[in-house]
Amino acid sequence: MKKMQQVLDVRQLTMDFGGLRALDSIDLTVSQGEIAALIGPNGAGKTTFFNCITGVYEPTGGTMSAHPPGKAPVVLNRLKPNVITEHGLARTFQNIRLFQNMTVLENVMVARHCRTRSGIFGAVLRDAGTRREEQEMVDFSYGLLEDVGLEKHVNDLARELPYGAQRRLEIARALATEPFLLLLDEPAAGMNPRETRELDALITRIRDEKGVSILLIEHDMKLVMSISQSIFVMDYGRLIAQGSPREVAENPNVIKAYLGETFDA
Amino acid sequence: MGIQAGLIIRKAASEIFRSALVSCWFMFLTFPIMVIKVNPLERTIEWRWMRLVWIGVAAFLLSFVWRYLMMRRERGSARDESESWQARLGKRIRNDRKTSYALLAALGLFMVLFPFTFSSYQTQIMISALMYVMLGLGLNIVVGLAGLLDLGYVAFYAVGAYSYALLNHHFDLGFWAALPVGASLAFLFGILLGFPVLRLRGDYLAIVTLGFGEIIRLILENWNEFSFGPSGIAGISRPALFGVDLSLDQHTIYLYYIVVALVLVTIFVVGRLRNSRIGRAWIALREDEVACQAMGIDKTRTKLTAFALGATWAGFVGCIFAAKTTFINPASFTFMESAIILSIVVLGGMGSIIGVIVGALVLILLPEYLRAFSEYRMLVFGASMVLIMVFRPQGIITGVRRRYQFRLSESREAQREKDAASA
Repeated sequence: MKKMQQVLDVRQLTMDFGGLRALDSIDLTVSQGEIAALIGPNGAGKTTFFNCITGVYEPTGGTMSAHPPGKAPVVLNRLKPNVITEHGLARTFQNIRLFQNMTVLENVMVARHCRTRSGIFGAVLRDAGTRREEQEMVDFSYGLLEDVGLEKHVNDLARELPYGAQRRLEIARALATEPFLLLLDEPAAGMNPRETRELDALITRIRDEKGVSILLIEHDMKLVMSISQSIFVMDYGRLIAQGSPREVAENPNVIKAYLGETFDA
Repeated sequence: MGIQAGLIIRKAASEIFRSALVSCWFMFLTFPIMVIKVNPLERTIEWRWMRLVWIGVAAFLLSFVWRYLMMRRERGSARDESESWQARLGKRIRNDRKTSYALLAALGLFMVLFPFTFSSYQTQIMISALMYVMLGLGLNIVVGLAGLLDLGYVAFYAVGAYSYALLNHHFDLGFWAALPVGASLAFLFGILLGFPVLRLRGDYLAIVTLGFGEIIRLILENWNEFSFGPSGIAGISRPALFGVDLSLDQHTIYLYYIVVALVLVTIFVVGRLRNSRIGRAWIALREDEVACQAMGIDKTRTKLTAFALGATWAGFVGCIFAAKTTFINPASFTFMESAIILSIVVLGGMGSIIGVIVGALVLILLPEYLRAFSEYRMLVFGASMVLIMVFRPQGIITGVRRRYQFRLSESREAQREKDAASA
C-alpha cells in the first residue's frame, strides 16, 4: 500500500511548566485526508499538545513541522499563533472562545482576515477592490455558515446561540481560514446525542468535501471510534498507544490506563 | 386573604424602615454643613434645625424612588431588551428612512444656522463640545473598538497642540499646513507608545498609558528651551481663510465650520473603519485576544493601528485647540482631560458613534448650562454620571452591529429539500 503523505509531523515534543512535565517526548503524525483522534483522561496533556502546535505555548523540546499539500514544509517551532494559522492550521477551543458580541457572520468574517488584504485606506475610501473583497468575504463566510447549518442565525450575536450551534460556529470560523489541517478540541463536549450524531456527519463531510485533514481531541468514545482512522492515546503527558481504533481498543495499556475494564468495543 | 394582607403590611413596614434608616444616615452626614453655622464675629452658633427636617424628608422620599427604580431595573434586565421603548424608538429611527432623513435634515440645518442664531459665546462652547466629540470618537477606536484602556490619551492631544504652536511660533506655519503635521506626529507617538504596551492588557495597560500621559505633560512643563515651560506659548495664529481679514467673531464662526466639517469627516472615517476588515479585527481583539490570534490576526499590527489611528484624531483636535485659544500651556493637558474623554466614551456607549456624540454633548454642554446652579453644578454633574452608570451600564446608546441579507443558495435549497424528503 502506498504510504499516505503526512501533513503534520511532530517528533519528541516536550513541554515543561516549571518542574512539571506536561508533555513527554510525544511523536505524532497526521496523514493527508485522515481523521485522527487524540484521547486520554483529563489532564493527560491533550490541550497542551494543541496549544504547542498552534503557537500558544512554546515547547521546551522537539520539532513540529507541517506539510501543506502542494507547498513547502514549514517548521512550526517558535512561530506566532497567527502565522501558524496563515500556514494552514486552524483550531477550535475546548471552552468556546467566540467573539461574543459580534454577529455570527462577523465571527466567520474575522477569520478571513489573514486571507484578505485591504488596509486602512481601502476601509475608508471603500474603492472597487475593497468592495469586491468585502463581498467575497461575506459570500464565502455565508457559504460556510450554510455548510454547518447556521444560515438562519447570520445576524444574531454569537452569545445568543444555543450551545451546540456555538460549537458549530467555532468550526465554521476555523474553516474560514482555509486550513489543510483542522484541530478540534472536544467538539462534542456538552452536546446531546442527536447533536453529536450530526457533528459526526459534519466532520466527515468537511474531510470529504474540503479535503481537510482533521485531528480531534474527544472524550465521546462512540464518536472517536466511528470516525477516526487513527487514534493516539495519552496519559500523564506520555503517548501510551497508537493505531487504528480496533488496535487501540484492544491495547492492554489503554484498557488499563484509560478505558477501564468495563469498556466493550 | 388575611395572610396576604399581613405580608403586604410587613413588606411596607420593612420598606419604610429602610427608608427611615437612609434618611437618618443622610441627616447625620449633612449635619455639620447644613445645620451648624458658626458666626466667628459674634461668637455664636446658629442651629438651623428646619434644614435637618427638610433633608430628612427629602432623603426619605428619594430613597423610595431610588429603590423603585432599582427594582424596575432588575425586572427590566430579565425582560427582553428589544421590548423596551428605547430599543423600539432606535429601530424606528434606523429603519424608517423618512423619519431618519427628516431628523438628519433638521439637525443639519440647526448646525449650519447655529453660529448665526446664537451668540459668539454659545458658538465657542459648541466648538469645544464638538472638539470633544472628535476626541471621544478617536478614543472610541482605542477603548471602544479595540478594548485597550488608554488613560493617557491627552498626551496625543498635547502633541497635536504643541506641534502647531511650535511650528507657528518658530516657522510661522499656518493652521492648514500644521494640521497634517500635527496629526502625523500624533500618529508617530501613537506607534511609539504602542510598542512598549503590546504585551500589556487591562489594568497594566491603563497604568502605563497613564504614566505616558504624565511624562509628556512633565516634559512640556520642564523643558523650557523647547516648550517655554509652564508659561506656555501665546500669540498662535487663528486659521486663515485665503488671506481674508476676519474679525474675532467671524474667526469664531469660521472655526466653528472647520470643526463641524472635521467632525463629519471623523464620523465618516470611524463609521467606515468600524465595519471594515480592520474594524472587525479590533473588535475581535477586544472580545478574545487568544481566539483572535488563533484566527490569523496579527495582534501586534492590529493594536498598533488602533493606537496610532486613535492618536491621529487627538492630534487633529490638538491643532484646533491651539488655533482656538491662541494660547496653550501644559495646564490644559492634565489627567483630568483624559478622564473626561474616557467618560465620554464610556457614558455614551462604547463602540457606538452616536452614543459617543451624545456623551460628548452631554458631558461638555451640561456643566456649561448648569452654571445657573453655580456651586451645585459639579454636584449635579457627578450625580448624573453615577445615575447613568447605575441604570445604563452599557452607556446611553449601545452599538449596533451591521446586518446582512441573504438567501439560501439554490443548490443548497434543493439539497435541503431532498434531505427532508428522504428523512
